[in-house]
Amino acid sequence: MEKLIEYLSYPFVRYALVVGVLIALCSSLLGVTLVLKRFSFIGDGLSHVAFGAMSIAAVLGVTNNTLIVLPVTIVCAILLLKTGQNTKIKGDAAIAMISVGALAFGYLLMNLFSASSNLSGDVCSTLFGSTSILTLKTEDVWLSAVLAVMVVLFFIFFYHKIFDVTFDETFAKTVGTKVDMYNVIIAVIVAVVIVLSMNLVGSLLISALIIFPALSAMRLFHSFRSVTVCSAVLSVICAVVGILISITAGTPVGATIVAVDAVVFVVCYTVGCITGGKIV
Amino acid sequence: MPYITGNHLAIGYDGKEVLEDINFEVNKGDYLCVVGENGAGKSTLMKTILGLLNPIKGELIWGDGLENNEIGYLPQQTIVQRDFPATVKEIVLSGCQGRMGWRPFYSKEEKALAMENMERMHLQSLAKRSFRELSGGQQQRVLLARALCATRKLLLLDEPVAGLDMIVTAEMYALIKELNDDGVTIIMISHDITTAINYADHILHIGKKCFYGSKDDYVNSVLGQKFLMYSERKEEENEWKN
Repeated sequence: MEKLIEYLSYPFVRYALVVGVLIALCSSLLGVTLVLKRFSFIGDGLSHVAFGAMSIAAVLGVTNNTLIVLPVTIVCAILLLKTGQNTKIKGDAAIAMISVGALAFGYLLMNLFSASSNLSGDVCSTLFGSTSILTLKTEDVWLSAVLAVMVVLFFIFFYHKIFDVTFDETFAKTVGTKVDMYNVIIAVIVAVVIVLSMNLVGSLLISALIIFPALSAMRLFHSFRSVTVCSAVLSVICAVVGILISITAGTPVGATIVAVDAVVFVVCYTVGCITGGKIV
Repeated sequence: MPYITGNHLAIGYDGKEVLEDINFEVNKGDYLCVVGENGAGKSTLMKTILGLLNPIKGELIWGDGLENNEIGYLPQQTIVQRDFPATVKEIVLSGCQGRMGWRPFYSKEEKALAMENMERMHLQSLAKRSFRELSGGQQQRVLLARALCATRKLLLLDEPVAGLDMIVTAEMYALIKELNDDGVTIIMISHDITTAINYADHILHIGKKCFYGSKDDYVNSVLGQKFLMYSERKEEENEWKN
């Protein structure tokens, strides 16, 4: 406990906590609609796209690689979410295709052109998250704070519209809701959150941040509102606990958070089975 | 002037024509049943009326003060909805989404409207229940209440009794008839011609040959008699199988 208090006096630890909580909050909010729209794997797919874009940026020697990674990821997110329903290649297959494709090209590029001597180390840290969350600067904290506030505001103001386009797109279209527009906005937010959270958990584990809290909440609650709120709360708690454990025990940050999320899911599942999921 | 007039309408998707030269009218207070074999183009016609597809040729004319987003649509259920965490109240209220515009929350009037329609569909006691726990018939009533929140004028029902057992099916038809008697115009897509004839006052038969007219004319027409006999035979076959 004393050790923990001592660690918390370091600014970088506080930054890590703040950013971790914000990213967990954003991804869990998005997770509810993505899981319900059967797009659970979009996090995984897009994070691989971001990985591919990152290696292009590294090869080109661009210093601020967000400039390349973000637009590429946004374009892919829009393509996947917009055309997921009615195209010749169905949603899950399209995600799988883009995901493995981007991963392969990214690794290939890094292998062929990388100037770094520690290639597998580089790849490993992009995929599984590095210690970069512990080396955040004040600007990074502000950036994620602004983005998180925007995502939360979007969710509050468009809560009902998000419900409408998630529950029944066709009905929403017939009463004049601009379904395509909302889908594009959701896609853009997903892309932004994913690129952001690559700093935290790395690209492979982003899916976990999106899926676990939503699924845990769905075991316990039966209304859309409660599921959304519960998912956000669970995700934030898991992120705080995960980061604290990883700091004190010296475990990798991303993997620890996901492990905590998984444990919470098992607990929620059990509770859900016992209560029969009767809590509204 | 009718609510909707189909004038030499040709429908299809991706530029491919499925069906052409459809003529029909939907007047205020009508109960129109759209029948036809599987694959005849019933869903395509429905999507065209809803504005999800554009007509390939011909035109759909809206009249009598009906705007084309004033159709209450009862869709067939999707896989997504089977395990969706939402309460009955949340779903019925979402029928008011078209009235909101950019306003982020529902107003008192909209909430009152949702309550009223829940009562109309006998759902008050289920308001806080989860949609995924309900029986098929209850779920259809929830979606019907949602459609009623969207409009008072015209309902478009896509196979409203699909997957329901006989008793619930009869209840559902009675409920729809009750709405029609209250002045709600009904367009119902169905492959169940026998009930169509019991309840509807107009029939639109689509297929290789199309027919539009009153129920009595349809029953006396060659096409109608053929289709009725065909359906009866099919029903008997099904009964044999069971």
